[in-house]
Amino acid sequence: MSNMTREETQSLIEEVLEVYPEKAKKIREAHLTVNDHTIEQSKKCIKSNRKSVPGAMTIRGCAYAGSKGVVWGPIKDMIHVSHGPVGCGQYSRAGRRNYYVGTTGINTYGTMNFTSDFQEKDIVFGGDKKLAKLLQEVETLFPLNKGTTIQSECPIGLIGDDIEAVAKAQNKETGKTIVPVRCEGFRGVSQSLGHHIANDAVRDWALDKRDNDDTFVTTDYDVAILGDYNIGGDAWASRILLEEMGLRVVAQWSGDGSISEMELTPKVKLNLLHCYRSMNYISRHMEEKYGIPWMEYNFFGPTKIEESLRKIAEFFDDSIKEGAERVIAKYKAEYQAVIDKYRPRLEGKKVMLYIGGLRPRHVIGAYEDLGMEVVGTGYEFGHNDDYDRTIKEVGDATLIYDDVTGYEFEEFVKKVKPDLIGSGVKEKYIFQKMGIPFRQMHSWDYSGPYHGYDGFAIFARDMDMTLNNPCWDNLTPPWHKDSKAEAIAAE
Amino acid sequence: MPSVMIRKNEKGELLFYVAKKDLEDIVVSVETDTPETWGGEVEIGDGSKWYIDPISPPPAFPTTLRFKRG
Repeated sequence: MSNMTREETQSLIEEVLEVYPEKAKKIREAHLTVNDHTIEQSKKCIKSNRKSVPGAMTIRGCAYAGSKGVVWGPIKDMIHVSHGPVGCGQYSRAGRRNYYVGTTGINTYGTMNFTSDFQEKDIVFGGDKKLAKLLQEVETLFPLNKGTTIQSECPIGLIGDDIEAVAKAQNKETGKTIVPVRCEGFRGVSQSLGHHIANDAVRDWALDKRDNDDTFVTTDYDVAILGDYNIGGDAWASRILLEEMGLRVVAQWSGDGSISEMELTPKVKLNLLHCYRSMNYISRHMEEKYGIPWMEYNFFGPTKIEESLRKIAEFFDDSIKEGAERVIAKYKAEYQAVIDKYRPRLEGKKVMLYIGGLRPRHVIGAYEDLGMEVVGTGYEFGHNDDYDRTIKEVGDATLIYDDVTGYEFEEFVKKVKPDLIGSGVKEKYIFQKMGIPFRQMHSWDYSGPYHGYDGFAIFARDMDMTLNNPCWDNLTPPWHKDSKAEAIAAE
Repeated sequence: MPSVMIRKNEKGELLFYVAKKDLEDIVVSVETDTPETWGGEVEIGDGSKWYIDPISPPPAFPTTLRFKRG
């Protein structure tokens, strides 16, 4: 697929690795590979979920980021206390754009920052008393909250505070769900362990609250959306498609979700899993404990949406299968118009991705619908199972990189010369200064939604807007213009 | 003695999943797999062998069991 052959890509990897000291080179070598469709299991060609090399610039986050930022943070009617020094909570506050409905500060708290603001004396004498007081204050100030989570920052684990005891005591007093989450930042190698810890906290402290309560009226068409964080409204764009085909969405995890939805999830018939990486743990648990099957789906781009809708309908009776066909037919004209409009402008352009979670493989279909080609992809914090799935999605001889360092990524881009890069904000300005069109694909570059048919139209518009922007031609400074005939970037 | 979750995949094969080790592979062979008992030595796709004392009656999958290295 890519215009680089397997040998060329392999030699590129070797060339880039050349500058490393012997030891670092050996470690990094295992994380870079050329895609090979003949390989069934990724562990034969790529290593993942390992500690980053000290000294190399990585863009990974920590366990706290995985728990507070990703899994728990978007639950809108709970208060998420960043327990520890003030920085972790403040610098991650409201950055992820997981939209929700509600009045902030009254019955929803998504964009607010609650922290116990640890001081020296709390480190020396322990912070449990402060936490207990904080929980009571929260109760007085925000009486409509439906529960609290205590998101531990590094010092909590280091000084050995007993946040579970505080949580239990507070729960006894108010009867509300209080969840202590042991997601200290130093745990694990990336945010991925934070997802796992958060999932386990959901399992242990929240999920089984309504197990013996049958008052909730269920239907045969109940589903839950797991692993959709409603970035820019993603979950809403997904939800309407499912509802149009006749399903009832009982819960959204966790974008625009609530604790009550979480407690009702064990009563659904099927769990729909979008972000496999961050929610597979709880899906597996629900399959085991409640016998709820789960399936992965992909709502990026019409081809994948169509596939997914049919796959979802397979689990239900004919009325839903008809519903799926009805939805596909209904939106056909709409998405065909989008493709007709943007495909000629984007055809044949090359994209390099380096993102987290599900996107390095999920968005490939959407790019292909627009005639674009993914020439390199990689995960910040993926595991083997993510790469297993990626191998099948990307073309043969495509460059795959795990936890790529700042240096490697820059060198790859210089050699592969993609027309567009999709990555995070930490890479954004480097590549924009290099004159390469860039989309920040973690939170859709302040746009969105990108899921569903509605999202696809926005996705296509955004990609066109970025790629065909005339500004890229003006990035070469005047004193370089004479020696260099043309600019590096696309038209 | 890792906790192993065993579930069926779409094709109906048994999947052997160890969360902590990031290991997920299909079960290739099970020493005793009769209507009465299930267990013994279990071989999975990557060639590694695991052992569990035979369980009677066979467990309902998905389930979490504790295996020993075989």
